[in-house]
Amino acid sequence: MLEKALVGSRGYWRWLMVLGAVIVLGVIAYLYQFAFGLGVTGLSRNVTWGLYIAQFTFLVGVAASAVMVVLPYYLHDFKTFGKLTILGEFLAISAVTMCMLFIFVDMGQPTRVLNVMLYPTPHSLMFWDMVSLMGYLVLNTLISHVTLDAERNAVAPPRWIKPIIILSIPWAVSIHTVTAFLYSGLAARPFWMTAILAPRFLASAFSAGPALLILFCLVLRRLTRFDAGREPIQRLAIIVTYAMLINVFFVLMELFTALYSNIPEDAEHFKFLYVGLAGNATLVPWMWASAVLSVVALVLLVNPKTRHNETTLAAACVAVFVGLWIEKGLGLIIAGFEPSPLGQVTVYTPTLPEILISLGIYAFGLFLITVFYKIALSVRGQVAA
Amino acid sequence: MGEDRRRFLKLAGLTALCAAGKGSLVRLAGAESPAKGGAAKKKIRWAMVVDPRKCLEKEACTACIDACNHAHNVPAFDNPKHEVKWIWKEPFADAFLDQDVRYIDQALTTKPVFVFCNHCDNPPCVRVCPTKATWKREDGVVMMDWHRCIGCRYCMAACPYGSRSFNWEDPRPHIKQVNPDFPTRTKGVVEKCTFCDELLDKGQLPACVTACKEKALTFGDLNDPDSEVRRLLRSRFALRRKAGLGTNPEVFYLV
Repeated sequence: MLEKALVGSRGYWRWLMVLGAVIVLGVIAYLYQFAFGLGVTGLSRNVTWGLYIAQFTFLVGVAASAVMVVLPYYLHDFKTFGKLTILGEFLAISAVTMCMLFIFVDMGQPTRVLNVMLYPTPHSLMFWDMVSLMGYLVLNTLISHVTLDAERNAVAPPRWIKPIIILSIPWAVSIHTVTAFLYSGLAARPFWMTAILAPRFLASAFSAGPALLILFCLVLRRLTRFDAGREPIQRLAIIVTYAMLINVFFVLMELFTALYSNIPEDAEHFKFLYVGLAGNATLVPWMWASAVLSVVALVLLVNPKTRHNETTLAAACVAVFVGLWIEKGLGLIIAGFEPSPLGQVTVYTPTLPEILISLGIYAFGLFLITVFYKIALSVRGQVAA
Repeated sequence: MGEDRRRFLKLAGLTALCAAGKGSLVRLAGAESPAKGGAAKKKIRWAMVVDPRKCLEKEACTACIDACNHAHNVPAFDNPKHEVKWIWKEPFADAFLDQDVRYIDQALTTKPVFVFCNHCDNPPCVRVCPTKATWKREDGVVMMDWHRCIGCRYCMAACPYGSRSFNWEDPRPHIKQVNPDFPTRTKGVVEKCTFCDELLDKGQLPACVTACKEKALTFGDLNDPDSEVRRLLRSRFALRRKAGLGTNPEVFYLV
C-alpha cells in the first residue's frame, strides 16, 4: 500500500520537500546538541524539562484524541464518522511518533535508550508510559492497516480486528492518564500534584485533537477530492465545544483551589504563570494570550450561528489549538519548575537549536500525516485530479 | 569524640568484612534471615547531623565543599545554569521553605546552611528512575550509577530538595584538579552526593566530615542508640527538610 505515497502531484512533492528541509535543519541542530550536550538548550539545574517534554505532553493528547472518532463509530455505530476514523488513527500514529522523538531528543544519553527495556522498572511511571505509548502505536498501526486494506479490496474488515479496535479505546485514555501520572505523583512539584491533572489532560486532548481534525478535513476538502461532509464536521465541532468547556472549567477549579487556599507553594506557580514571580514574567503574555484565545474559541463554538459557519468554526478551531498549545506545550511543564523546591525562579527561554529540533520533529510528524493521508485517499480514489 | 570514632571505625570495618564475605558468612550461619533474627544482625543506617551554629564563627569557610569537590572531581562551571553541586550553601530560609523561621534566632536563620543529598529513607528519586540507575543501599546510602543513567532527569523533577545536578556539557574540562582515585563523569548524566560510599567501604568517614575542623558535621549510625548522631539528636532539637513529605531525610539540622 505504501507505493501509493510515491506517486503524487507537484504540490504534493513540493510540500514534502519543504517539510524535508525543516527536518534536515532539525537533524543538523540535533547533531550539534548530540556533540555538545543538552547545554545547548535553555534548560538549567532548576528548570530541567522544557520545550521538548512539554511538546511530548501536548502531543500525547493529540494522539489520544483519535478515540473521539473511533469510539462513536465502533461502540455506538455512529456511521457519520465512518470516513473519519482512518484520519484519526493516522493522526494518532504520527502524534505518538512525535512523542517518542521528543522524549528521545530530551535524553542526556540517547545511546542508552534501551536501558529502559534492559532494566524494566515497574515502580517508575516512565516505564509504564513507554509501555502504553508503544502499545498505542502498535494498535493504531495494525488497525489502520487492516481496515484500509479491507477498504481497498472492497470487503468488510476481518472480524478479529473488532476486539483490537475496542481495546484501542481504553488504551487511548490510558496513554494520557499515565502521562499525567508522570507529573501528578511527584511530591516535590505541588503545581502538578493535583488529582485533576489526568482529567484535565483528557479534556484538553479531546478538544485540541478533534479541532485539529476539523482543520485537516477543511484543508483536505480544498486540496483533494475528499470531502468529510458537513455533518461529521459539525458533530466533531460539538465534541470540541464540550471538551473545551470542561477544560476551561477544570482550569478554573485549579485556580480557585490554589489561590483561595493561598498556600504559598501551590499559589506561587499560578502567580508565575499569570502575573510573574520574583521579576520573572516570561510566560505572562503567553498565558493571557491563551486565556483570550480560549474565551474567543468558546464564544464562537457555543454560539450555534458561528459554529455552523465553517469559516468561523475554522477560526474557533485554530483558537482552541493554539490556546491549548500555549497552556500545555509551554505553561504546564515550565511552571512546575518555577519556583524551584528551594524557592528560586530561573529564567528559561528555549534556544535556537532547541526550537529547530522541535520544528524538525513537528515537520516529521506532518510529513508522516501527509504520506498517510495520501495513501488513505489514494485507496479511496479521492486524490486531487 | 575519640571513643565514638573508634566505635565508628570498628563498625565500618565490620561492615566491609561482612560485605566481602557475605555469601560464605550467610552459608556458615545457616542462612539467617534479618526478619527472623533482627537483633542478631544489626542493620546500619548512616545519617548526618549538621550543627549550623558551628559554621557561624567562620562564615567564609568552605572546607567541606572544597574537600568534596576535589574528592569527587566535581566540575566548576561559570554558567550558573549548568552548575554541578554535591554540597553547597543555601540561605537558611530557602533550605527550610516549609518552616516559618522569621522569629527564630536571627543569628542562625539569616545565614546560609550547608545542604546536600538527604539520603532519604523513602527516596522519591529512586521511585521514579526508569532504569534503577539510582538506588538505595541497605545502609541507607542513595547511590548513582553513572554508566546506566540515561539522562532523563526524572529524578531531578522528583527530588524535593534540589539535590541533584545534571551534566549539561562535558564536565571534564571544568575540573580544577583531577583526583585519579575517583571517576569523572560524562555529559548527559545526573550526579549527587553519595555520602562518600567509596570511603565508607574502606571504613573511613565522608570527606566533608573529615575536612570540617569545627566539627559542624557528625556522621554515624542512626540504628545504634549509643552513636554520636543519636546522642546529638537526643540532646538538641533538630529539623529535617520538608519532613511532611514523608521522604524521611537522614540529614538532621540542629537548631
